[in-house]
Amino acid sequence: MPAPKTRLLLLLGLTLVVCALFMTVGLRGRLSYVLAYRAQVMAAMVLVAVAVGASTVVFQTLTRNRILTPSVMGFDALFVLVQTAVIFFLGTGGWTGWPPLLRFGVETALMVGFACLLYRWMLSGPRRDLYRLLLAGLVCGILFRSLSELMQRMLAPTEFSVLQGRLFAQLTLPAGDLTLAAGALVLTAGALLWRSRRELDVMALGRETAVALGVGHDRVVTRMLILIAVMVSASTALIGPLTFLGFVAATLAYQLAGTTRHAVVLPFATLLAVVALAGGQMVLEYGFGMAGTLSVVIEFAGGSLFLWLLVRKGRM
Amino acid sequence: MIEVRNVSKVYGARRVVEDVSFTLPPGGVVSLIGPNGAGKSTLLSVMGRLLPADGGQVLLDGRDVAATDSAALARRLSILRQENHFVSRLTVRDLVAFGRYPYSGGRLTAEDRDRVAEALAFLDLTALADRYLDQLSGGQRQRAAVAMVLCQNTDYILLDEPLNNLDMRHAVAMMRLIRRAADDLGRTVVVVIHDINFASAYSDRILVMKDGRLQHDGPPAEIMRPDLLEAVFEIPVQVRQIEGQAVGIYYR
Repeated sequence: MPAPKTRLLLLLGLTLVVCALFMTVGLRGRLSYVLAYRAQVMAAMVLVAVAVGASTVVFQTLTRNRILTPSVMGFDALFVLVQTAVIFFLGTGGWTGWPPLLRFGVETALMVGFACLLYRWMLSGPRRDLYRLLLAGLVCGILFRSLSELMQRMLAPTEFSVLQGRLFAQLTLPAGDLTLAAGALVLTAGALLWRSRRELDVMALGRETAVALGVGHDRVVTRMLILIAVMVSASTALIGPLTFLGFVAATLAYQLAGTTRHAVVLPFATLLAVVALAGGQMVLEYGFGMAGTLSVVIEFAGGSLFLWLLVRKGRM
Repeated sequence: MIEVRNVSKVYGARRVVEDVSFTLPPGGVVSLIGPNGAGKSTLLSVMGRLLPADGGQVLLDGRDVAATDSAALARRLSILRQENHFVSRLTVRDLVAFGRYPYSGGRLTAEDRDRVAEALAFLDLTALADRYLDQLSGGQRQRAAVAMVLCQNTDYILLDEPLNNLDMRHAVAMMRLIRRAADDLGRTVVVVIHDINFASAYSDRILVMKDGRLQHDGPPAEIMRPDLLEAVFEIPVQVRQIEGQAVGIYYR
């Protein structure tokens, strides 16, 4: 059994190999153009991987379980609702006139506000049991999705097509300026999480032990929820909702890392998400010629793992 | 010095702790005894700022524990809770090392490592140091949790049922350790304890709680009286002096 650090290095090696393959397999046409395009896709993937992997691990630490993830709890459905509601209430006329970065900023700010209100309330107080939280999350997710759908039905066709273009953003069609903005947010949030990695180890011991060791538990929960909301916003804006990627990355990270220290688990989950995204996309696009289906495959595999673990253990 | 001033705690409509006041001067072992549901654990949690009081306050050297900077407080006062279940997969050494967090912020220095080794040795855990907590018996986990609290190296130590799950030998070792922490290191230790005979044998002072109130407060000689114990626990208790020690007999 190699030490956790060795395992992390091995995974880093694997990730670099996968990324290199992704950049070079089946190159055709004008090299500079193809490489630039793939680099942009790659950058979007890495950002999504950091956002999804890290936010899931941290969320699981806050809720002290290995089943719940921000997506399962309706975080990304909430972001879609925010995007929809903004177009619904402001109309595309005024809204699309705004610079995309400002729009993204406003949406993210709204998302952070709502997410903190809702999930702080859900997670605070005495320890809630897993099934109640899971149920509350599912109900919230359904509620957000239904509200979004309702508003989408009431939109004018042109407004709806604008919205749809944003909601079904795909990995293969990244928007340049959005990648930059999302990148800045994800990297800032990621750096802040990384700085809190030791505090998070203490948080994983539970509220009372954390307080006894001098960690301001409730303050840390709020801070982490803000960072999680920012990361989910960025990744949802980049490639749309992905429910089970974070779950797969975090679950495998805990299985394979050989430790529960965040200093190892956080990068581990992130790298696994990169491998899943880049490797999966490569195999599907260049192996089977099915560029747009990655999210379907990840959702299917992740969803199966989720159900299997839930049925088998109920808790991890 | 810890001053508990008119502390009350309410859960829903139930008053779990009602208007409790006492003062703990530095040094010594104080036992908190009483029937189940008397409010002992709740009171201890309020003293350790794990729960907010609904009335009154707890002062550590004149400063309200609920308002003091939590990180600084963690270097003066430590608390062990009854429930010690962790989702993280940790070795005994990992867990004990968390006791140094208030000093090291998670980055262990050589001194921290020495303290951890010391605490492990104190609690007879050196051989088990690299075992995972989920591979241990309840008593071994309990000792690991106490070792973590000791590692915190604080003047005031609050322990909620430290004898939980311990066999006779380890229970005695634990009480001797607590006694030594008070006598040799000048620590103030408050223990919630169920065995009145351990309380009688090892403490300087016994606090008796019932129905959320502090009913009696005194040295073991004053508390270990049949009429008093019978009224508190509602079973017949005889008290004998054996080898200069008051022993309660209540088993049959």
